[in-house]
Amino acid sequence: MTVDQASKRSLQLTADGQLRHFLTLDGLDRALLTDILDTADSFIEVGERTIKKVPLLRGRTVVNLFFESSTRTRSTFELAAKRLSADVLNLDISTSATSKGESLSDTLLNLEAMASDMFVVRHSQSGAPHFIAESVTPGVAIINAGDGRHAHPTQAMLDMLTIRQHKGGFEGMKVAIVGDVLHSRVARSQIRALNELGAAEVRVIAPGTLLPTDVESLGCTVEYDMQKGMKDLDVVIMLRLQKERMEGALLPSEREFYRLYGLSRDKLALAHPECIVMHPGPINRGVEIESAVADGPQSVILNQVTNGIAIRMAVMSMAMGGQVSERNQKQAGREQA
Amino acid sequence: MTALLDMNRLLDELEAGLRNIMADRGVTSPALIGIRTGGVWLADVMRKRLGLEEPYGELDISFYRDDFSRIGLNPKVKPSSLPFSTEDRDIILIDDVIMSGRTIRAAMNEIFDYGRPASIILATLIDLGARELPVQPDVTGKVLALESHQRVKLRGPDPLHIELQETGQ
Repeated sequence: MTVDQASKRSLQLTADGQLRHFLTLDGLDRALLTDILDTADSFIEVGERTIKKVPLLRGRTVVNLFFESSTRTRSTFELAAKRLSADVLNLDISTSATSKGESLSDTLLNLEAMASDMFVVRHSQSGAPHFIAESVTPGVAIINAGDGRHAHPTQAMLDMLTIRQHKGGFEGMKVAIVGDVLHSRVARSQIRALNELGAAEVRVIAPGTLLPTDVESLGCTVEYDMQKGMKDLDVVIMLRLQKERMEGALLPSEREFYRLYGLSRDKLALAHPECIVMHPGPINRGVEIESAVADGPQSVILNQVTNGIAIRMAVMSMAMGGQVSERNQKQAGREQA
Repeated sequence: MTALLDMNRLLDELEAGLRNIMADRGVTSPALIGIRTGGVWLADVMRKRLGLEEPYGELDISFYRDDFSRIGLNPKVKPSSLPFSTEDRDIILIDDVIMSGRTIRAAMNEIFDYGRPASIILATLIDLGARELPVQPDVTGKVLALESHQRVKLRGPDPLHIELQETGQ
């Protein structure tokens, strides 16, 4: 493990290896990722009950701190927190004090003064949740809901849960991530998770202009020709074309992109017949994916949304659990001393 | 100790007790629920002994424990599975050992999230006393008084046997 990985591990884990923040998949090993998936499996069962609620986070306050707009992620985090019986505060930062000139640190101090127990943070700056986790009061858990181009670890984990559900595991799995890898924090977290969980091959398929330099160092192979890249795939993950983040002319046209890299029925037919189709949403029909594929029998896109709630319940309850057990251990240590 | 804890005799006691209370209360088709892990093994045995056709339910009470604020989440939680609705049913809730009563409180809370049962009968193989909550089993295989450094655990599922553990104190 590199020094960088080790420091990410120590910020996220308690001394005895429990999750206390969830910022990135870097530094988290296969055993812990598997614990998250197993715990999420139990929460899926809770989601199928008449009363879809458990009392784990009763009386605790979760603040959804979204500095960047989101519908699916924010609402599934909110639902996850509510199903854990937490009280949820949704802060839309664009209409709040930050736009009146308050600094991030001051906003956080005020929220901590309201006795918040957890911040779910989305920010356009890579590393913002990490910064908050370093400065926050002990006992408060930070969950990364997507930061810049860096990481979106709950999205990657819900994707892993979806793959495990449909494929039984990761061994021997050939997985491709297609499209706008350059702007995608999801792709980075997915590549990391797939490698740690033991997928046989992680391929990225994209035009060179939509790939970060040195993309192979993330732990994947690169294919520019989608016709070739689809061969033998067990899982294909389409990414949204992030037009709002594009500066300069990275693409000739959407139509051209669709012709070369859009997932059509013809291209899907080149993969393994039981290949599943995933997309983190929101989907651009006719840009990255043909409607008939998105709605077709191999698509598990809506399963991903359901799994998102269970993964977020798992991560929130595990991080809160790590925080409380750490606090109690420190307290016990002080009493002994 | 082993002579006192003949497994077949304990199971006979449990079965006889359950038959009695079911007759008293006029319960004819109860739904069995075992608390993981020992209670599930016992539910399997009692289902056969009582000749019940319906599959039993399995409860993992990790999400309902009252010590989350002290020790956090049990990392080995497994999904609960109730293959029936509890709404208006007579439930037989089974666990291997009862002591503080906290597990049973958690289990009852969880059961109510699946629906409002008509009644719950609580059956435990071994009652160790030392109650901290006002929860009493309706049927027990054996009441045991242990020394403070002793623990018992049901091992199984095949064969089921009681293990007496001496903690180092």
